Amino acid sequence: MNKILIVAEHAGGKLNPSTPKCVTCARALGDAEIVIAVLADDGAAVAAQAAAIEGVSRVLRVDNPANAHPLAAVLAPQVAALAADATHVFGPSTTFGRDLMPRVAALLKAPQLSDVMQVESATRFRRPVYAGNAIVTVEVPAGRKLVCTVRVASFEAAAAGAGPAPIETVSVTAELPAHTRFVSVSAASSDRPDLQTAARVVSGGRALGSAEKFQLIYALADKLGAAVGASRAAVDAGYAPNELQVGQTGKIIAPSLYVAIGISGAIQHVTGIKDAQTIVAINKDPEAPIFEVADYGLVGDLFTILPEIQSLL
Amino acid sequence: MRKIMVCVKRVIDYNVRVRVKPDGSGVITDGVKMSINPFDEIALEEALRIKERGEAAEVVAVTLGPDDAQQQLRTALAMGADRAILIKCDGALEPLVTAQAFLALVQKESPELVILGKQAIDDDAAQTGPMLAALWDRPQATAASKVETRGDTLIVTREVDAGLEVNEIDLPGVLTVDLRLNEPRYVKLPDIMKAKKKPLDVTDLAALGVSTEEHSKVLKWEPPAQRQKGAILKDAAELVEALKKKGLV
Repeated sequence: MNKILIVAEHAGGKLNPSTPKCVTCARALGDAEIVIAVLADDGAAVAAQAAAIEGVSRVLRVDNPANAHPLAAVLAPQVAALAADATHVFGPSTTFGRDLMPRVAALLKAPQLSDVMQVESATRFRRPVYAGNAIVTVEVPAGRKLVCTVRVASFEAAAAGAGPAPIETVSVTAELPAHTRFVSVSAASSDRPDLQTAARVVSGGRALGSAEKFQLIYALADKLGAAVGASRAAVDAGYAPNELQVGQTGKIIAPSLYVAIGISGAIQHVTGIKDAQTIVAINKDPEAPIFEVADYGLVGDLFTILPEIQSLL
Repeated sequence: MRKIMVCVKRVIDYNVRVRVKPDGSGVITDGVKMSINPFDEIALEEALRIKERGEAAEVVAVTLGPDDAQQQLRTALAMGADRAILIKCDGALEPLVTAQAFLALVQKESPELVILGKQAIDDDAAQTGPMLAALWDRPQATAASKVETRGDTLIVTREVDAGLEVNEIDLPGVLTVDLRLNEPRYVKLPDIMKAKKKPLDVTDLAALGVSTEEHSKVLKWEPPAQRQKGAILKDAAELVEALKKKGLV
């Protein structure tokens, strides 16, 4: 039987939606015991949320003041110790998982598959390469421990289960380094929906022209109850903060509705949105590549079109 | 710092539209322009800036790849690296093997800082940097968008999903860099000429004692599912109506 250890992502006592998505990916392996590891300073609330996910067998709660912030160098030795009898170790392909999981894999001397988008068997997986321009089917030797990051845009979140899974408080014997220290995190607090899990996303590109005019994107997003995204060009130009970047090197998302405004649609951007159910593109250039992937396109000046849309909603 | 090691990878150029071979055995590379992975170029630029501020004495560019990867090392030398090392390897490069190979060089060269791109734009794995840090048992700071040196520590601003996170790491350590850290310099012709005279050593995995054991195997390459091109609508009213019909707004 497969034993899959999933590393929970959380902040502020809340489980990140990436974790139930990892559970869905793990369940696709079929016959598997799914264990979620919660490493925190006080993991009570997060462990309870993890235990409620359908398909989870057990939750391991590791409380340690050193786990107050998600430092890969501190977490990795603990995850590696917990993974001693696991066949697979999963984490999300968010910045949290991308930082942590390769460090875990190296400590376990195990190979890692990044951005798993589909499970064919316990040893065979599909993942995108070249910014999604190719999909590879990869096989790993049976009986070898495997680390994966799960491409969260490819999996639905697992629902709540019938009854909570048991939570075990465990202590881990691992030497934790002092060479890496958390200083601060400057998260823009926002009442808007989270970009990675929102059902609707409105994104702006370079054509907005300034941070002031980018407010038009926020206004439309608020009207739609949507999250806000941005192209790399808009972030580089300082119109929007880095955490809003959508694409190969930003966030990969799969909303029901994606509205790309003033975004030309470079392949690196498109790779971040092509799992969206419906894509709308508004651009003044009829040749813009974004129209190749859009379900609905409007060619014209966004500064004329946006107020019209606003008034119709 | 005495020495900074920068790891670069030879990849299909950023501007090339990558296509899967009809037989599914890989992507088309014949006649395709190859370049330094853009993230690694940023890594090298950062190392050069640290050196130019007088905070490091030497910058060594290293790569793992085929003989042709010497071209990318020459580019790195032209940008300003002092010397270069090629670890020859003709097979597919797996991050765990790559990290073990770089670890062997780290043990030989003893740099205070190793800088890499946060990912390579071919396999998009984003593993080599953190794996090297783990094998070396040293700190890592990934996806850096700002780096300050303060004696034997680095203050690193990292791009994370929540926003910007600041970490402090003790050197020696590993840094992986994000797009907004800097803008790499252009190489000038005289620098290309000068680069031809800079030392470029060639070694291989066997000489470094690294096993070439295969950890995973690609069975098949496929083009991604294509989205159907949709309709160009005539105005905002038509768009809003279409979205309402689908229950999207």
